[in-house]
Amino acid sequence: MTAPRRETLEKLTPVLTKRWLSPEAWRIGVYEQLDGYAALRKALAAHPDDLIQLIKDSGLRGRGGAGFPTGLKWGFIPQTARSARDTEKPHYLVVNADEGEPGTCKDLPLMTHDPHSLIEGVIIASYAIRANRAFIYIRGEAVHAARRLRNAVREAYAKGYLGTNILGSGLDLDVVVHSGAGAYICGEETALLDSLEGFRGQPRLRPPFPATHGLYASPTVVNNVGTIASVPYIVLGGAGWWKSMGTEKSSGPMIYSLSGRIANPGQYECSLGITLRELIELAGGMQPGHNLRFWTPGGSSTPLLTAEHIDVPLDFEGVAAAGSILGTTATQIFSDQDCPVYATYKWLEFYHHESCGKCTPCREGNYWMVGIYRRILSGAGTAQDLDTLLDTCDNILGRSFCGLGDGATSPVTSSVKYFKQDYLDYIEGRKAPRLSGKQLVGAH
Amino acid sequence: MGFSDATREKALEIIARYPADRSRSALLPLLHLVQSEEGSVSPAGVEFCAEMLGITKAQVGAVATFYTMYKRRPSGDWLVSVCTNTMCNVLGGQEIYDRLSEHLGVGHDETTADGTITFEHAECLAACDYGPVMTVNYEFFDQVDPDTAVHVVDQLRAGQRPQPTRGARLCTLKEMSLQLAGYAEPREEAMGDGPAGAPTLRGVRLAQDHGISVSGFDPDTPIKSSRGDAAPAATAAGLAANKPASDLKPAGDAPQPQKQALKEAK
Repeated sequence: MTAPRRETLEKLTPVLTKRWLSPEAWRIGVYEQLDGYAALRKALAAHPDDLIQLIKDSGLRGRGGAGFPTGLKWGFIPQTARSARDTEKPHYLVVNADEGEPGTCKDLPLMTHDPHSLIEGVIIASYAIRANRAFIYIRGEAVHAARRLRNAVREAYAKGYLGTNILGSGLDLDVVVHSGAGAYICGEETALLDSLEGFRGQPRLRPPFPATHGLYASPTVVNNVGTIASVPYIVLGGAGWWKSMGTEKSSGPMIYSLSGRIANPGQYECSLGITLRELIELAGGMQPGHNLRFWTPGGSSTPLLTAEHIDVPLDFEGVAAAGSILGTTATQIFSDQDCPVYATYKWLEFYHHESCGKCTPCREGNYWMVGIYRRILSGAGTAQDLDTLLDTCDNILGRSFCGLGDGATSPVTSSVKYFKQDYLDYIEGRKAPRLSGKQLVGAH
Repeated sequence: MGFSDATREKALEIIARYPADRSRSALLPLLHLVQSEEGSVSPAGVEFCAEMLGITKAQVGAVATFYTMYKRRPSGDWLVSVCTNTMCNVLGGQEIYDRLSEHLGVGHDETTADGTITFEHAECLAACDYGPVMTVNYEFFDQVDPDTAVHVVDQLRAGQRPQPTRGARLCTLKEMSLQLAGYAEPREEAMGDGPAGAPTLRGVRLAQDHGISVSGFDPDTPIKSSRGDAAPAATAAGLAANKPASDLKPAGDAPQPQKQALKEAK
């Protein structure tokens, strides 16, 4: 393991992760000592439209995977003068804290170790979009993060940061932390809204979009935890400072979650556009005896990349140009000792399990693909199986209700594209079966 | 089982968190609430939720059966979940699952004969930098191996409460379900449990050790005011251009890279 070079270290941009170093930052008193709620005071003195413009100027893009410009999203909310018309629907802010994309692990530590930064962002964003109610939909399994978050909400009410007439500004805001109950699909924003309304978490047909018909068919902004938690820093430091990090079209810092065959897995907040080579250098190199073979740039729903992509800039444009998606910057790193066919099989089991069942291509397609993977990995694969897999992907991709189906095809098509030989080795008997006949029961 | 007046009180408190005409939003927390009483969502629990919200049992049942955290059979005090998704799996999660399954004599979503432990394999638990992980009542035991995993369940069966690597000291699944229903952690000392682990702090500590920080930060940077200018007309043009803005998963229109990958794979 070699120490990272200075120029690589300088790609580190501790902004959202900085307070994690203070073990008690989850307490409101400590948070306040560390600049906490200073951005809120500053924001409440500004006009809401100016805050939306500020976020637009910063170039902040959604941190949940799609990278949609946040200021634009906020601007979609109809901003007519609400007081004039009593019948006007209320506006809502919903924070997507349903972190579950395989590989992704950046939001849970943020909510656990710095929950007030999210709440401060929620208050500022609600003020900007004229919402008086905000919901934080947190993944059910994230119990410690939810515990800290609920505590932080309680503390914020006690200090007058939430409730009525916040800091004398006239702003009223109530925040509810709503725990999910174990469904990956609820990370999809319209499924999340259905779940929050007390239904099965199944995606909605769009349009209409949440900006006009979101929660309770009212204008709603749905933002990721990292997006909202970025807001207080932009309010304090300004759009120009924010854009001093990252690239022209992908501004700011981003928390890269490194896992797998590297010496030091963990969270590395870096300037957007850093490369995997540099990230691995920061992480102390590959583990001894492991050579990089394949990796996900942003979770399992983003097509796999290989060792030849080690110098691709990890921003929205750079990864797209390399044929994948930046996603959630969940960088899962696999080596020559890992099998891309088996890895894909486990991901497919995940998509099969998590498919909500609403639309046929995703529900049936993932079911059948899992069966084909079991067959291949147990040594009973046939020459037609690869074609069947790709045909199935063709029938899922773009034909599913939401992105879950699209995402499921990512590991399949990319692994067939880059590692076809690995598939053929199982099919043609050059590689020992990975699954036993027992596990094949039920596969067709 | 009938639910007590105290539970009814709680149900009304939960419903009051949501807009008056939107009480159905309380359904997920209410299901957590009945699970905190019974250890699972029984037909009586479904009926209770339906009655509190004025909806049918079928409507409640459809929701209760959709989400994996609602247990439909009586469960133990300790829910042991092993991540077997890809990353934890290749790092040893499958061996941990297999070993525990053999040791406990139960498979996925089954409860041990003594009724103490409910066992399951879990999908990605969002702790890949600590893999392979397992959880007990959703509190993390990090970087486990088959031996340490067996030790944890043995302690549980012996009536002890092993300390999770991260997260709070353990409480029972029923007690945890009450928190999931939106109630505060009653144990003040548990709030402070679970300091950030080394992987969580890797990047920020590396920056600290080398004196790296982001320069040019001035908290007094003024917010530009557009008052007096024509107000930015965000709405009309914005709505027309409102492409799917989903987090990660844009509906309908397939992301180009995946199409490209499919074409190339063929």
